[in-house]
Amino acid sequence: MNDIAWIDAALTSARPQAIGALLRYFRDLDTAEEAYQEACLRALKTWPEKGPPRDAASWLIMVGRNAALDGVRRRSKQAELPPEDMISDVDDVETPMAERLDGAHYRDDILRLMFICCHPELPATQQIALALRIVSGLSVKQIARAFLVGEAAMEQRITRAKARIAKAEVPFETPGPVERAERLAAVMEMVYLVFNEGYSAGSDAADVRARLSEEAIRLARLLQRLYQTEPEIMGLTALMLLQHARSPARFDADGAIVLLEDQDRSLWNRDLIAEGLALIDKAMRHRRAGPYQVQAAIAALHDRAARPQDTDWAGIDQLYAALEVMKPSPVVTLNRAVAVSKARGPAEALAMIEPLEPALAGYFYFFGARGAFLLQLGREVEAKQAFDRAVSLANTAAEAAHIRQQIDRLTAGAAAGAVR
Amino acid sequence: MLYALLCYNSEEVVFSWSKAEDDEVMAKLGAVHSKLAEKGKLGPSLRLLPTTAATTLRKSDPPMVIDGPFAETKEQLLGFYVVDCEDLEEALEIAGDLGRANPGGAYEIRPLRLFVPGTLPEGVGVG
Repeated sequence: MNDIAWIDAALTSARPQAIGALLRYFRDLDTAEEAYQEACLRALKTWPEKGPPRDAASWLIMVGRNAALDGVRRRSKQAELPPEDMISDVDDVETPMAERLDGAHYRDDILRLMFICCHPELPATQQIALALRIVSGLSVKQIARAFLVGEAAMEQRITRAKARIAKAEVPFETPGPVERAERLAAVMEMVYLVFNEGYSAGSDAADVRARLSEEAIRLARLLQRLYQTEPEIMGLTALMLLQHARSPARFDADGAIVLLEDQDRSLWNRDLIAEGLALIDKAMRHRRAGPYQVQAAIAALHDRAARPQDTDWAGIDQLYAALEVMKPSPVVTLNRAVAVSKARGPAEALAMIEPLEPALAGYFYFFGARGAFLLQLGREVEAKQAFDRAVSLANTAAEAAHIRQQIDRLTAGAAAGAVR
Repeated sequence: MLYALLCYNSEEVVFSWSKAEDDEVMAKLGAVHSKLAEKGKLGPSLRLLPTTAATTLRKSDPPMVIDGPFAETKEQLLGFYVVDCEDLEEALEIAGDLGRANPGGAYEIRPLRLFVPGTLPEGVGVG
């Protein structure tokens, strides 16, 4: 890696801590971002000559803060003094560096920065865009490409989201244990949203969007370093690693989805699987199960099977049963039914999903699964009806193509039957 | 004389490399490795999973298990083992046995990402 690439990587990894601290000082996101930008410009000038500092984040915080304060002072000569609450602690500018960079703050700084991106008023897509812009530092152009929208539209989406959180109350006091746990839960959910935004992409956008999944994993590792003893963060990181490990096998050469049972398992990324399994081991020692840990355990049972027929479906059924208790949802039951169909047959699985239809009437996977169960039971006419519904509800071209394949097989089978 | 070369770098940076970047570095290293192997100079080499996957066993009485890497600066790295285990529990048991034989300090238990046994000529040893 050359110097500039290394500096770039160092700036990216220092970013959440640096902007988080600057946000605490200035209590204004735009000021914090500008201060960080200014610090980055100076880093690009001085680091190649002098070498990167030992602690890049502290350097950026100091330089960014001083640069922003200079700006405020310069403006204040021409205008009135800035409102007190814009600058939280101007008076301690001269205190020693060690004191100013209070290490104890940094966990809460990063958590706060991530937390403001998951404001409940923001729709999921805005939360993701904002997190990628503010926390990860992706450019608007990169985010726009990942979302398959124009740059101007994405710029507007981010500006709107920022305006919303600027109006909202951003909590700057140090959170208590309960608040901290709540923030952490919201942030974990947001990180998983970022991951899924990348993971659910079709093959046409797979390269760009894989970046989002990788970014989510990076954020999860960051959270884990901040909260080392929290088993649900280990579970979340493990879940994403174990799913992302299968990415190289998820699409065929034509861009069509390859189902888990048809994937070439030799393409799975063994490094990521090893890391995911190690994290589950760590999490299990705490004996405090949670939804992310259970979902990671399910992913692990898939990843551990050398061949599809080696999959421990009974174990997966049990894990989904546990998940149904922790986080009841028709989608969880639907997933459990797939395991049940393998472990105990399609009749039981079909009975399990029948009551879900009202809740999942607009859900592609529901009709896909229903069609598959019906097909296994030999009820081909009903299977075709279900597959037709699935096609009409597909979110991506690849999803639709996959179901059409099933329909084609069905029709071909019927034709062959008629000939016979 | 045998030497151990201990690899240090910023984990956040290295684990943010894309697969292409990682492959490029590994390919460059691979060229160096083969040269060393040809000369019979390369013993075991390995790559660790990130510190987020680490667990630490403090060799106190009773021993204390801590999530995360070994973070103290009072102690220095004095050696290491590579053990083949079913899971973390087994690794902790082994670390516990070793700790009873040699109390004080800690073991950081870190899963491996890559292990290359290497090939030193027979008879090569310390000194």
